[in-house]
Amino acid sequence: MLRKALILAAALGFVAAAQPSFAEVSQKPIEPVKWSFEGPFGRFDQEQLQRGYKVYHDVCSACHAMNLMSYRNLGQEGGPFYDPKYKTSNDNAKVKAIAKDFNVPDIDSDTGDVIKRPATPADTFVKPFPNEAAARASNGGALPPDLSLIAKAREDGPNYIYHLLTGYEAAPAGLRVPAGKYYNPYMPGDLGSFWSGHGPAPEGGFIAMPLQLTADRVTYDDGVKATPDQEAQDVVTFLAWASEPHADERKQTGVAVLIFLFLFAGVVYASYRRLWKDIDHG
Amino acid sequence: MSGHSTYEPKTAIERWLDTRLPIIRFGMDTMVSFPTPKNLNYWWTFGAILAVCLVTQIVTGIVLAMHYDPSAANAFNSVEHIMRDVNHGWMIRFIHANGASMFFLAVYIHIFRGVYYGSYKAPREVLWILGLVIYLLMMATAFMGYVLPWGQMSFWGATVITNIVGAVFGDKVTTLLWGGFAVDNPTLNRFFSLHYLLPFMIAGVVALHIWALHVPGNNNPKGVEVKSKADTVPFHPYYTVKDGFAVIVFFILFASFVFFAPDALGHADNYTVANSLVTPQHIVPEWYFLPFYAILRAIPNKLMGALAMFGAIGILFLLPWIDTSKVRSMRYRPSARLFFFLFVFVCLVLGFCGAHEPDEKVLKGLAGFQLFDANLNSFVWLSRLGTACYFGYLGLVMPILGLTEKPLPTPESISTPVLTEKKG
Repeated sequence: MLRKALILAAALGFVAAAQPSFAEVSQKPIEPVKWSFEGPFGRFDQEQLQRGYKVYHDVCSACHAMNLMSYRNLGQEGGPFYDPKYKTSNDNAKVKAIAKDFNVPDIDSDTGDVIKRPATPADTFVKPFPNEAAARASNGGALPPDLSLIAKAREDGPNYIYHLLTGYEAAPAGLRVPAGKYYNPYMPGDLGSFWSGHGPAPEGGFIAMPLQLTADRVTYDDGVKATPDQEAQDVVTFLAWASEPHADERKQTGVAVLIFLFLFAGVVYASYRRLWKDIDHG
Repeated sequence: MSGHSTYEPKTAIERWLDTRLPIIRFGMDTMVSFPTPKNLNYWWTFGAILAVCLVTQIVTGIVLAMHYDPSAANAFNSVEHIMRDVNHGWMIRFIHANGASMFFLAVYIHIFRGVYYGSYKAPREVLWILGLVIYLLMMATAFMGYVLPWGQMSFWGATVITNIVGAVFGDKVTTLLWGGFAVDNPTLNRFFSLHYLLPFMIAGVVALHIWALHVPGNNNPKGVEVKSKADTVPFHPYYTVKDGFAVIVFFILFASFVFFAPDALGHADNYTVANSLVTPQHIVPEWYFLPFYAILRAIPNKLMGALAMFGAIGILFLLPWIDTSKVRSMRYRPSARLFFFLFVFVCLVLGFCGAHEPDEKVLKGLAGFQLFDANLNSFVWLSRLGTACYFGYLGLVMPILGLTEKPLPTPESISTPVLTEKKG
C-alpha cells in the first residue's frame, strides 16, 4: 500500500508544472507592525489615541462615518480624552467642546420645527452623508465603509489598514486603471482583466480612495511630527480602540481571572491528591 | 435511582418529606452516594465540564437576551450596544460566543471518549442515543445563535444552511423556515425564539441522559462491569473533586480565549452588518461544523450532499449495533485502537477541508491533473477521500474488525489486573 502511495506521489510530482493560474483574489502579504496595544499586556496610548482622533476628524470623517460612536465615548475610561477629574464623560469639558463644534438635526419641542442645534456628548458622531445614495454619489459610486468596527471587520485589521493607507504605489506599466480608481497592492482584488503587461497580473486591487495620508496632512497639538507613517499608526490605533473600547479592561480582567484560576486549580488539585491517596485507581 | 440507595432520613422533617416527595433521597443517590468506578480517568471529566458549559451558556444567554433586539434593523447594533454600553456586556457576550466553541470542543472529546472505550455498547445504547440527540440539538442551537448578531457571516451562513434543508425537504419548508422568500426579519425572529427554546430542551434531554447513565452505571477505561463494592467509590467527594479540578483547568483554556483572543474562533466578516446584496468572498461555518461542511461539498449533487451530511451523524445512532466486538475498551483491541486514531485524524482532515475553498489546491506547488469534475490536488478530492474514510470506518471497519480481530485478554474486574494488561 505504501509503495502504491509513493508511486502515486511521484506521478503527481511529474505533473507539477506551470499550469496557467486562474483568476484569484490576491493582495500583497501583510507584514506585522509593532502596536502598543497588541498582546495580553498591550495597552492603548492615550496621546496616540488623541492624535488618531485628530487624523480621523481632519481627514477620514470627510467621507467615513462611525455610526457606533458617540462623542461621550471619547471621554470614557480608556478613551482619548478620558480625565478622571470628571465623574462621567458627559461632564468632560474637552468632550463637550468637541461635540459643540458639530450641528445635529433636532425637533424644536415648542414649535415642532426641524432645527439644528450644537451636539452634546450624548450625540452620535455626525455622519458625512445623509444616506448611502448620497455617499455613493459623492464617491464615484463607491461606498466609504463605516469605520466603527473596521479594525475587527477585516482580517488582521490593524496591520491591514496600516498597509492599505501607506502602501499606495504607482500602477505598474500594463495595468489599465479605471477612472476614479487607484491601484493599491494591499487592497484584495483580481486585476487579471485589467492587465496587459508581462507575466502574471500584479497583486492587489483597485480602491476608490486616493492616497490620503501625506506629510503634514494634520498638525498635531502635541508637536509630534506628522509623517505619513506616524499619521497611519495613530489613526489605526484610534480605529482599533474604537472597534472595542473595552479591550484594555478585558485584558486587565483576564490577567486577574487567570491568576485566580491557576491558584484555585492548585488548591483543588492538592485536595484531589490527598483525597485519593489511599485508593488504588490504576 | 435504582437499587443502591443508602440514604437514611435523620430528622423528622426529612422523614416526613421522604414519604411524600423523596427529593433529598434522589439528590443523595444521584450526586452524593452514587457508586462510581474508581478507575475513571480524566477523559471521564468531560461530562461534568459539559454540564458546566450548558449552565454557562444558559446564564449568559439569558442576560444577553435582556439587551438584545431581534430585529433585522437593530440586531447588529444591539450586539454592539452590549459590547460598548452594557456593564461588562463585552465579557458576557465573549463568554457566550466562545462558550459555544468550548461546548463543542468538550462534546467532541466526550463523544470520541465514548467511542474509544465502547461506552455505547449494551446496556448503554439508550444513553448513547440520548447523547446524540443532545448533540443534534446543540448543533441546531449553535447554528441559530450564530445568526443572531446579524453580521455578514450570520446572514450568508443562514442562507446556505436553510437552502440545504430546502434541498432535502423542499421549497415549502424553506419558506416556512424563512417566514418569507429570503432570509430576513421573520427568519431572525424565529431563530431567536428557537435559540432561546432549544437550550431548555437540551437540559431536559441531559436529565434523561444522566438517568440513562445511572441505571447501568458508568462504563470505565477497562470496559468491564462493576463486580463488587471494591470496584467503586462514592461520587462525592471523590469525583466531585476530580471533576471540579478538571472544570477549573478547562476554565483556564476558556478564559484565555475570552480575555485574550475573543475573536480568534470567529470570522472578521461577522463584524460587518448583514447585507443581502454583498456576498462574502468565502462563506465558512464555525469550526465545529467544518467536517460536515466538507462532507456536504464533497458530493456534486446538492440533495445527495445534504443526505451524506445528515447521514454522517445518522450512522452514529446505529453504532451500538454496527460495532460487533464484544470487548468494550480499545485498551484490549490493538488493531481497533489504530483505526480509531486514523478515524480521529480523518475527522480533523475533513475539518481542514471544510475551511478551504473546494477548488483550492491542497499542495500549493503541485499542478495535479483533472479527474472527472475536479483537480485531484484540490480540496474537493481530499474531502471525498475523507468522506469515504469516514463512512468506511463506521460502515466497514467497525463491523468487520469486531469479528476478525483477536483482542487481548480483559481483566476479570476493575480491581483485579490481568498479567498481560498494558496501559492504554
